[in-house]
Amino acid sequence: MLAWTIYSSFIGATVVMLLPRGLTRAARVVALLTAIFGFVIAMAGVMHGRNCSGIEAVVRTDWIPTLGIRYYLAADGISLTLGLLTGLAAIAGILFSWNLEHRAKEFFAFYLGLIGGVYGVFLSFDLFLLFVFYELAIIPKYFLIAIWGSTHKEYGAMKLALYSFVGSAMVLIGLIAAYVVAGARTMDLVELARFHFPYGMQLWAFPLVFVGFGILAGLWPFHTWAPTGHVAAPTAASMLLAGVVMKLGAYGCLRVAMSLFPLGLAAWSRPLAVLAAIGIIYGALVALVQKDFKFVIGYSSVSHMGFVLLGLLTLNTIGLTGAVLQMFSHGIIAGLLFAVVGRMVYDRTHTRDLGELEQMNLSKTIPFAAVILTLASVASMGLPGFSGFVAELQVLIGAWHAFSTLAIVGGIGILLGVAYTLRVLQRAFFGDHQREVPASPVGHAPVELPPISIPERVGAILLIATSVLVGLFPGILMRLITSSFESSLFGWLPKGGGP
Amino acid sequence: MNGIELLKLAAPQVIVVVTALAVLAADLLALRELDVRFRLVIGAMISTLGCVVAAAWIVALPEGANAMDGMLVVDPLTRLVSVALLALTVVTILLSLDTSFTAHVGEYFALILLATTGMMFLVSAEDILMIFISLELTSLSLYILAAFNKQNVQSAEAALKYFLFGGLSAAFTLMGLSLLYGLSGSTNLGRIAAAIQGPGLDPVLVLAIVMTVIGFGFKVAAVPFHFWAPDAYQGAPLPSAAFIASGSKVASFFIFAKVMTLGFAGAEGSAALRGYVPGWFPALAVVSAASMVLGNLAAIAQVSLRRLLAYSAIAHAGYLLLGVMASGSQNLAPLLYYAITYGLTTLGAFGVVSLVQHQCGGDSISDFAGLCRKAPVVAFCMMIFLLSLAGIPPLAGFFGKFYLFASALETGPKNLGLLWLVVLAVAMSAVSLYYYLQVLKQIYVVETPALATPERMPMSGQAVVVLLAAAVVVLGCAPNVLLNKLSRPAAAGESRTSVPAASPHLAHD
Repeated sequence: MLAWTIYSSFIGATVVMLLPRGLTRAARVVALLTAIFGFVIAMAGVMHGRNCSGIEAVVRTDWIPTLGIRYYLAADGISLTLGLLTGLAAIAGILFSWNLEHRAKEFFAFYLGLIGGVYGVFLSFDLFLLFVFYELAIIPKYFLIAIWGSTHKEYGAMKLALYSFVGSAMVLIGLIAAYVVAGARTMDLVELARFHFPYGMQLWAFPLVFVGFGILAGLWPFHTWAPTGHVAAPTAASMLLAGVVMKLGAYGCLRVAMSLFPLGLAAWSRPLAVLAAIGIIYGALVALVQKDFKFVIGYSSVSHMGFVLLGLLTLNTIGLTGAVLQMFSHGIIAGLLFAVVGRMVYDRTHTRDLGELEQMNLSKTIPFAAVILTLASVASMGLPGFSGFVAELQVLIGAWHAFSTLAIVGGIGILLGVAYTLRVLQRAFFGDHQREVPASPVGHAPVELPPISIPERVGAILLIATSVLVGLFPGILMRLITSSFESSLFGWLPKGGGP
Repeated sequence: MNGIELLKLAAPQVIVVVTALAVLAADLLALRELDVRFRLVIGAMISTLGCVVAAAWIVALPEGANAMDGMLVVDPLTRLVSVALLALTVVTILLSLDTSFTAHVGEYFALILLATTGMMFLVSAEDILMIFISLELTSLSLYILAAFNKQNVQSAEAALKYFLFGGLSAAFTLMGLSLLYGLSGSTNLGRIAAAIQGPGLDPVLVLAIVMTVIGFGFKVAAVPFHFWAPDAYQGAPLPSAAFIASGSKVASFFIFAKVMTLGFAGAEGSAALRGYVPGWFPALAVVSAASMVLGNLAAIAQVSLRRLLAYSAIAHAGYLLLGVMASGSQNLAPLLYYAITYGLTTLGAFGVVSLVQHQCGGDSISDFAGLCRKAPVVAFCMMIFLLSLAGIPPLAGFFGKFYLFASALETGPKNLGLLWLVVLAVAMSAVSLYYYLQVLKQIYVVETPALATPERMPMSGQAVVVLLAAAVVVLGCAPNVLLNKLSRPAAAGESRTSVPAASPHLAHD
């Protein structure tokens, strides 16, 4: 049944595309219904998956028997968690693009196509199939940004597409090499993971595949697509980019690179963890000095994804659990932040410059947005009670066991996170409006901004509620995530006497 | 083998030749006075009918034989390639329906059919003499087809370039083949391979290898023998260019691989990074690497979409050469899958170019601006073709690349010996996405002032393009449709060679 998350998205995309021209409202509704349908199925999958452990097959049938490629969809706790995230992000993204009028039909078609590809990646356990979905998601991203984006949209879109494609090219080489060396005529992830690849090959194949996926996860120094892409993208697309697409990369690192090449992982975990830690600090520092509201969120994504990668590389249960939880948590919070800056603020004020926003006294004109941004910032800083706290705490504990220095670096990253978040919150919404009237050079001082619409409110509350729910009851997802470590894919994970 | 049996074996080719004559006669005798449009339709109908009958004959009467010591070999694989060639011919003929560059309808279709005949003979030959003759039949027809637009000076230039380079390449091929004959005393590929077997490479054999690679390199437009391609693709009448890019390419690569793997069996050498052994592998590896790099980089700078497709064809020739090497130890399935799907895709892309050129008279990339508004269906098909050429799943181009690269890695005595070339190929296909996206950007992203009426495009052309796009999607999502036919014949082909009478290797003993 989980497979219908994928099929329904593609069917929805086709339906939207075939609607007659001009039916913008119908396109919106179809897209929303499709996203809700996908979310309900993902939710049902989570409910079902709570009682299972390991990998549950969904569909497993021959696809290209000549090469031993199977159409193999399955799910474990990690897939289910991220599938749920995809469902939530999809719904929220559509709610926040409810006001989109320009070529809306195509927008929602590309959007749903991207969602379908993302679901596909999270559910594929045949590497060929996984790769197909992974690349399938590149093209809609390009068009979403290039057509509906803003600042330097064509540059940002092309950069994103090429970075993704180069990353996937690296992955492809690793996958083909694994396929040929194993010589078993199979692309089944579980079967390939059981094969012991020669140490020499693992030494080059692991970093190739890990970095290939890591590019999409914003691994420093290959992260530069992320800020430009996020900033150029329309609101819904940047919500998806930060919320889900970056998770594709991290998921690929965990699912493919780390499962296939455990020896390479052991050899490379320290240098890559250093890169992840640099990403945390670097992203935070750059976010601290940005003038553009959206760039702050863009760089904060790089910093938060650094925690995910650091958690993955700790190679212990608690770090991994934290990493997956952080993927979920950041997906929700980053989506919300982009929604606030892109839809609530930029669509109304037509500026993202913090200096200009400072003079607009936004906390009075759109108080709802101010409340939401405050909550989202608090969640993003990792305060207890929100999902980010549980996730980053676990990553740091895991990192402490593995490389204590980097755990300290991560801690500093959290402090910096507090700094840039408070700065942007203060400047964007609670600016010093005393000097507003005399200092306004253009004399625009917008008194009347369109009020926050119902879809925006629903979307924002949905995301905030999820973050709080997971923050207060992290056990629900954590049980799901840890249950998946029992499968044979995680044979390299030290068992039993975990920290 | 008596005449009747031979005629039965060669029946598909005979049917195509007869059709060519019939088209010529009908046009000359009965239709001269009529409107050109009408004559085009009649001519296309007769030609299509002939091709369909020939294809049906091949499918319905599965005969396998080896006539006159490799002059005409019919096995499941050659039958499959012949059917594919006929299909590409039919599509080319349908693409010609909307053209208005010539009044010589009969001659035009007759030449297309004669070129097809040449290709069909070419793919079923295992004898160097026969290979050369059919290669020439194909080439001469294609030269004239390239020059067919007499009003256009570009067409003449294209044809002249194509002809001069082609003539030169024929000389090289002939030289290489005659050296082979001198070395082995035979014109049969299998016996040549048996004769040249031995420790080390004879210097004359090295010369023969180089000459042959150069000759075929011209035919398939591989770097550094590619100079004719951009001009021919741009200047020649569109259906002719499409035919040169698709049908001729499939046939040439098939015979290239056959000559290399059958005729030079045992002289492969090795192109591994740290295990160089002289042979035809290193020669092809160099040409392949150069084609991938130069084709993809030069395509970035193109303004005309037809020239862009030409450079992309050069790049694809590089990938396909990798496939020729992969077929050295394997079967021909990866190469043929790639070549056939590439043929379909590039035909489709040319089809879209033809439709757009029909509308706005130009083929520069900016002429495609806003196509998604003017003709959404055609624009969507173009997206499918270009993304398939870039190798994006789930389109045919992606599976083709995957299969090709996987079998290239399995090639050679040392596992992963060709890894460097595969890495280069994958890296270059990442580059290629850039220029394909540039075209798609024009089609989808650039906004043009909305037109009062959507532009009308010929229905026949649109139908062809949609069918081709559907084929690219289907072959990408379900590669087994074609793969089953490609790999089963390979197994059957091995059993053919094990039958003593038909086996060239054993016949020599």
